[in-house]
Amino acid sequence: MAEVRLENISKHFNKVIAVDDFNLSIKDREFVVLVGPSGCGKTTTLRMIAGLEAITEGNIYIGDRLINRLPAKDRNIAMVFQNYALYPHMTVYQNMAFGLEQRKAPKEEIKQRVREAAKILGIQDLMDRRPKQLSGGQRQRVAVGRAIVRKPEVFLFDEPLSNLDAKLRVQTRVELKKLHERLATTIVYVTNDQVEAMTMGDRIVVMKDGLIQQVGAPLELYNSPTNIFVAGFIGSPAMNFFEAELVHSGERLSVQTDSFRIDLSPKKAALTEGYSEKKVIVGIRPEDLLEAREHVTGKTIQTTVEVVEPIGSEIYVNVSAGEVPLTASVDRKARVKPHQEFVVEPSLDYLHLFDIRNENTLS
Amino acid sequence: MVGERFGSKLIKFYTPLVLYLVFLLFPFYWMANTVFKSDIELYDLALNPLYIHSPTFDNVAHLFTQTIFLRWMWNTFFVAILATIISLAASLLAAYAIQRLQFKTSGPTGVAIFLGYLVPQTILFIPLAHIIFKLRLWDSLWSLILTYPTFLIPFCTWLLMGYFKSIPKEMEECAMIDGTSRINIFRKIILPLCLPGILSAGIFCFTLSWNEFIYALAFISATTSKTVPIGLVTELVRGDVYHWGPLMAGALCASVPVALVYSFFVEHYVAGMTGALKE
Repeated sequence: MAEVRLENISKHFNKVIAVDDFNLSIKDREFVVLVGPSGCGKTTTLRMIAGLEAITEGNIYIGDRLINRLPAKDRNIAMVFQNYALYPHMTVYQNMAFGLEQRKAPKEEIKQRVREAAKILGIQDLMDRRPKQLSGGQRQRVAVGRAIVRKPEVFLFDEPLSNLDAKLRVQTRVELKKLHERLATTIVYVTNDQVEAMTMGDRIVVMKDGLIQQVGAPLELYNSPTNIFVAGFIGSPAMNFFEAELVHSGERLSVQTDSFRIDLSPKKAALTEGYSEKKVIVGIRPEDLLEAREHVTGKTIQTTVEVVEPIGSEIYVNVSAGEVPLTASVDRKARVKPHQEFVVEPSLDYLHLFDIRNENTLS
Repeated sequence: MVGERFGSKLIKFYTPLVLYLVFLLFPFYWMANTVFKSDIELYDLALNPLYIHSPTFDNVAHLFTQTIFLRWMWNTFFVAILATIISLAASLLAAYAIQRLQFKTSGPTGVAIFLGYLVPQTILFIPLAHIIFKLRLWDSLWSLILTYPTFLIPFCTWLLMGYFKSIPKEMEECAMIDGTSRINIFRKIILPLCLPGILSAGIFCFTLSWNEFIYALAFISATTSKTVPIGLVTELVRGDVYHWGPLMAGALCASVPVALVYSFFVEHYVAGMTGALKE
């Protein structure tokens, strides 16, 4: 059993608050991803779990053990570092065996466990090489291998894929996920790449400025972000945001900008109590902006195309509706050229409304 | 350098290099040249001083028979080796502590050690002489072994600090999670990775101790306890009479060990000075 509980964790570096009142309960065998821009405190949180950084306030439990003051070596965790931190003067075998040797495991057992881990990762043939003779991907595997031979209760990954090229990253992502199923241990994974977070995590913790913004399953974050930051951070290309006023147009409630008006669905309109005639921020994902044949006031937006970015599977169209820049992700077969008129229709159910002051989702 | 013509390379590269080498090596040539000349040849102004006209080994023989040169060599070697070991041991621990243990006064400690390096030896030998006298180490080689680290440790500490800095902290952290103690991290990870840096620091210590003059002159007076630089100058310069031949023979013989040490470790030395930690 290795659930990890963080209760009211804070970390201050002199006067800088790196992590503030962090609460999270990670279930046994769960794959939790901490994600956020650099400097958001995700790595610091991971290092506090590892015991490499002292906590200023709060309690950390692994299982039922309070580990606040427990040295790193007694926490039964293993960590994979961003730069892998392989020992350059040792062979792959020695690198992987080092941890067990330090714990005075019997020689035979070390041999067997290293062999086992090497087999899982497909690096049996590299055992006599030194780290500098390995490619980036191979080094990454050795770093993972070094962690799994120890059979720890919790794995900590600190941006382990950020030094790999794009293709290898996608491949390794899948392999790590498979590895998680195979090992069935708790994993805490730090990344600044939201795609990595979405594809790998059972649950995602979005952080900013040392504060948790939202915790939830990948699709939960995607479909119902709690604030503008999460809405903009999750999803690629990022969500479109614009300011608009809530106005009554006949029976319906609409959001009105200088150049267009969108009528809200009854479900969304119900969320806007107390905001009528006030400004709000409207968010709509590029994939929820559909191409429309003709302009209907209240339902579609009349725009001019500025830049067209075909990525193969679809086309990103950057348009402007008056002063408002929008990105739409349209079908790859669409014929779109710069400077042409383009009508987009937002899917009303996927419109997001945010308070303009505290930037939280209206609910 | 691709496509550069030999002519321009000659002007920009080879000519300055040759000039520099001549400038650098001429004193050595003069030294070696003088060793194998007799006094008569040496003082004959009519002869071209750049050649040896009638080679002789008299000067070398004089050095080894009329003085206790081998004893001085041994003294120098003994002092240099011990001073190097003491300085390296102290600097390694100091540099590691300042760079990695991050105690409250680690920064000021580093600066304080550096300040110690800035006090010139020509001033420091006066109080040191007093201390040496109180410790009853006067005229003993231990007076040198214990005082040389005063200028060796600061430099080595700073050199090694730079080197330790180049080792990723994560390597130590990973070892720490693996259950390695500080001492073992130092022994099994830091030391092997810092070998080039340690070698450079060692060579530096050895050379400086080997050539040291002021302390040796001030603290040693017995002929049998002298080091080579002092022995040669005090025993082969009598009043205003310079025994140039044996003097140069001594200088030549004394520079051999240092030259050997350098040529042996030169690659490591350069790597250590530039702090290049190869993965």
